[in-house]
Amino acid sequence: MSTALLTDLVIFVLSLWVGFEVISKVPATLHTPLMSAANSIHGIVLVGAMLIAATTNSWIGYVIAFLAAMFASANVVGGYVVTGRMLKMFRKRPTAPAATQAQPAAARDGQAS
Amino acid sequence: MSGFSFGSQLIYVLAASCFVLGLHLMNNPATARRGNQFSTAGMVIAIATTLALIAHAGVITATGWTVMLVGALIGGGVGLYAARTVQMTAMPQLVSMFNAVGGGAAALVAIHDYIRVASAAVGPAESMTITTLLDVIIGSVTFSGSIIAAGKLQGVITSAPVTFPGARVVNLALAAVGLAAGGYVISTPSLAGLWIVVVASLVFGVLMVMPIGGADMPVVISLLNAFTGTAVAMAGFVIGNWALIIAGALVGASGGILTKLMADAMNRSITNIIVGGFGTGDAAPVALAGAGAGVNAIAADDAGIQLAYAGKVIIVPGYGLAAAQAQHEVAELADVLESHGVDVSYAIHPVAGRMPGHMNVLLAEANVPYPQLKEMDDVNPEFARTDVALVIGANDVTNPAARRPGTAISGMPILDVDQAKSIIVIKRSMGHGYAGIDNELYTNPKTSMYFADAKTALSQLTSAVKTLVG
Repeated sequence: MSTALLTDLVIFVLSLWVGFEVISKVPATLHTPLMSAANSIHGIVLVGAMLIAATTNSWIGYVIAFLAAMFASANVVGGYVVTGRMLKMFRKRPTAPAATQAQPAAARDGQAS
Repeated sequence: MSGFSFGSQLIYVLAASCFVLGLHLMNNPATARRGNQFSTAGMVIAIATTLALIAHAGVITATGWTVMLVGALIGGGVGLYAARTVQMTAMPQLVSMFNAVGGGAAALVAIHDYIRVASAAVGPAESMTITTLLDVIIGSVTFSGSIIAAGKLQGVITSAPVTFPGARVVNLALAAVGLAAGGYVISTPSLAGLWIVVVASLVFGVLMVMPIGGADMPVVISLLNAFTGTAVAMAGFVIGNWALIIAGALVGASGGILTKLMADAMNRSITNIIVGGFGTGDAAPVALAGAGAGVNAIAADDAGIQLAYAGKVIIVPGYGLAAAQAQHEVAELADVLESHGVDVSYAIHPVAGRMPGHMNVLLAEANVPYPQLKEMDDVNPEFARTDVALVIGANDVTNPAARRPGTAISGMPILDVDQAKSIIVIKRSMGHGYAGIDNELYTNPKTSMYFADAKTALSQLTSAVKTLVG
């Protein structure tokens, strides 16, 4: 096993744990936007698609680069735009503009009677 | 490693940090938008760095630039259009399509890398080929599986489970062929072998999702999301890029957590899901002794009176509400009640809707403030203090039978709707939910059944309440 592979593996495993730790704190209310945000993040594969285009010089390489770039950028652009669109709809009060919400933990006791 | 590529790896780590921070800020609706902005910034940084790297290396041909930019423009345009125009009820399909293209792109990265290395004089290093192979397999399964899932959600493909005799044998055979071809391409570089792996994985993805029933979609989408993340991380191994590894692992973790949550909320084990035999819950429906047996039917006026004179109302929206697209009507009813001084909140079961958290998005779209949307564990103690629980198109998740052993839903976490002082259920008929069993809530003496389509019923209820309090 090469050093590079070992390093990559360590990064992968630690990132998985960071992911578990960070994401288990996301409330169920935001699970759809979370999944959509995760979707846009895996659009990072666009970097891989770009590197194909940068190194290839065969027709099959160009076809693959074209498809990969198309898929990945649909993923990136669509993912971020739709996540933003959804999150804009989450308001604390029906009339309040979406910007002025600063209190933490208000999600739980905002409805006390 | 040259100074330039060293610096660019550091910038990729910075981009990955933005992703972590962005996901972290998603833990509160108030900061979630900032999280999405951080994450977007990370993506822009990563892409700009890659452009700089490519320009610096100078190997790219003019055709390479054209192919890359035209592909990105077309893809980005389609993505933008879809994201701008999609209905919130159709979010699960869109997410599924993003899983498909993400997984597909990851598989293509590996396929290209394999072709490049295999055509070189020396054979590929073994360790690299294993990650390449994993990327090809997982990416291809995700690609075809997600397209089928999106088709089922859109109604293009039947949402009923599609099985055929010997399906399991075919799956095993496919897995065997894929593994054999995989083993072969590791020992001997062979493009034909690689294409066999690709085709076997694509067919496997189709066969994996086809037998799954519509109600299981929240689990399937989460699982495919985890697959996509893993495929992207593998692509990171293949091209030696940390940003892809970290981002892929984060998405894999996210998908994994959601899969577990959804599976628990539906009372299924993840093993059971992966092995199959999925969506067969409605195979043995138990007949109910006539729609009227021991059931109190109620009309809009009476239901309106109960609601208007209640102190505290909890609304329990289920998949039926989403299917009837009645989220705006329910929000209007809640508004009228609130302006009359009634305390209104929503109890949301984790699997309400067709993907994790779907119901919350639908209600947010209908302008319901998020502090009113309560999760199962938070809201369950409140039912005992509730005058009226209004159940709209939710079935199994309210069935008290889940608390007893020996039923199809035993052990499934439910909303304690039966603890409320009175219960109104809006439902089209006494039909069964997904589990195919009678709901004991409906025959509870405290329960009144309002038989109507969710949309119609809610508008009638709203006007009934308006005449009472107006």
